[in-house]
Amino acid sequence: MIEIIGVNKSFGEHAVLQNINALFDKGKVNLIIGASGGGKSVLSKCIVGLHEVDNGQILFDGKDVCQMNELERRELRKKIGMLFQGGALFDSMTVENNIMFPLRMFTGMRKPEMRDKVNFCLERVNLAGKGHLYPSECSGGMKKRVAIARAIVMNPEYLFCDEPNSGLDPKTSILIDNLIQEITYEFNTTTIVITHDMNSVIEIGDTINFMFEGKNWWQGNKNEIVQTENPQVVDFVYASKFMKQIKEKLK
Amino acid sequence: MLTIVSNIGKYMLMMWEVFSKPQRLSIFWKRFIEEVNIIGVSSFPIVMLMSVFMGGVIALQTASNMDVPLLPEYTIGYITRQSTILEFSPTIISLILAGKIGSSVSSEIGMMRVTEQIDALEIMGVNSLNYLIFPKIMAAVFFFPIIIIFSMLLSMLGGWLSLVSTGLSSSESYIYGLRSFFRVYSVYYALSKTVVFGFLIISVSSFYGYYAKGGAIDVGRSSTKAVVYSSISILVANFLITQMFLL
Repeated sequence: MIEIIGVNKSFGEHAVLQNINALFDKGKVNLIIGASGGGKSVLSKCIVGLHEVDNGQILFDGKDVCQMNELERRELRKKIGMLFQGGALFDSMTVENNIMFPLRMFTGMRKPEMRDKVNFCLERVNLAGKGHLYPSECSGGMKKRVAIARAIVMNPEYLFCDEPNSGLDPKTSILIDNLIQEITYEFNTTTIVITHDMNSVIEIGDTINFMFEGKNWWQGNKNEIVQTENPQVVDFVYASKFMKQIKEKLK
Repeated sequence: MLTIVSNIGKYMLMMWEVFSKPQRLSIFWKRFIEEVNIIGVSSFPIVMLMSVFMGGVIALQTASNMDVPLLPEYTIGYITRQSTILEFSPTIISLILAGKIGSSVSSEIGMMRVTEQIDALEIMGVNSLNYLIFPKIMAAVFFFPIIIIFSMLLSMLGGWLSLVSTGLSSSESYIYGLRSFFRVYSVYYALSKTVVFGFLIISVSSFYGYYAKGGAIDVGRSSTKAVVYSSISILVANFLITQMFLL
């Protein structure tokens, strides 16, 4: 479980996060949604300690990441898996070596054991037999799946996904969403997904935090978000004609 | 001025992290060997080419300016050797390598920064500065002196080739000049300089790559800055080292 209490973050005069409070449950897919520039990515980077917060607390199962020194943060990060927007795969390594990298770095596993683990992860993301490819030879969807495989190879307790569907076709997006959901339930991870993809919101949003102008504007789940009358949320969720039609039908 | 002071402070803090103990020694050695190949071995062709022509030109220039009949012919070999060992090989070759290696190191690390590969390393719990930069610095510090020794030898060979082919001096007097008044200290001095230059090229270039922001254009800008500032740092260090150890 991750708890955020009264977090503020500014870049110079510009307040990006203002008094953010949120609770991300274990074994659930927790979404952070909101328009671009609303502070979602900054919040996720603050949670994993890539940005320092101005004040407030970020508790990982009761331990405040803001009070930790760099070594303690590195230890905590070994329990974190992160899927970056562009995949962030190491382009000088093959898919297999990308996934094997954390195992090489932090475990005393022998090569055959590592290979087995990598093959298990590749099968889990439906990429069996693709370990020899380089990232430049993979499609966008494959890159995301490789990044998921790399994120789960160390059996993380916390999984962060930064816009996992950006740049993907609807079918692949659903595949990635389902994969994130399955992994969350299977490994009982605390999963935080940053997205503005409404399909994801409706499909996998166990808990949803809507951010607007650096504030945590609304909290609920996928059933509540389609019924809420909060004007900012309604503006965001029903921005497209397609979603407006759905709203009419729901009425 | 404030930016310069702030950058120096940032550079010092970066170096503190770079020189921490590698998290896994076996991975460090693997990376070190890769970097020796990328930074060192791949630089041989350009260094060989540069050195032969550089030595040739030094010998020709010296020979063409030997107007005083009192100066013995072997002076050409002596001057070629001294200029090559003391300045041309360690400094000029290092400046060339600052262009070749500095831009490549800076753009490699810069691209890793803007494509979030460095963030990915950090999220995994890896000390990215140590993992990325330490093997590069060690490879440069270890391999630059080897490159420069080759450069010195090839430069003197280039001088011999140019003199013999143009007939401006005899082979015997050139070789006699090369062997005259030789002090091993000059070589130690030159190699020590090379170690410092290698360290400066990699650390300054890595600094500009690691703190690159934005996209491809910014990485290009960082790469240019890396070459400019590593070249300036070589020139300043060369001046200081000469002041301290040769005068």
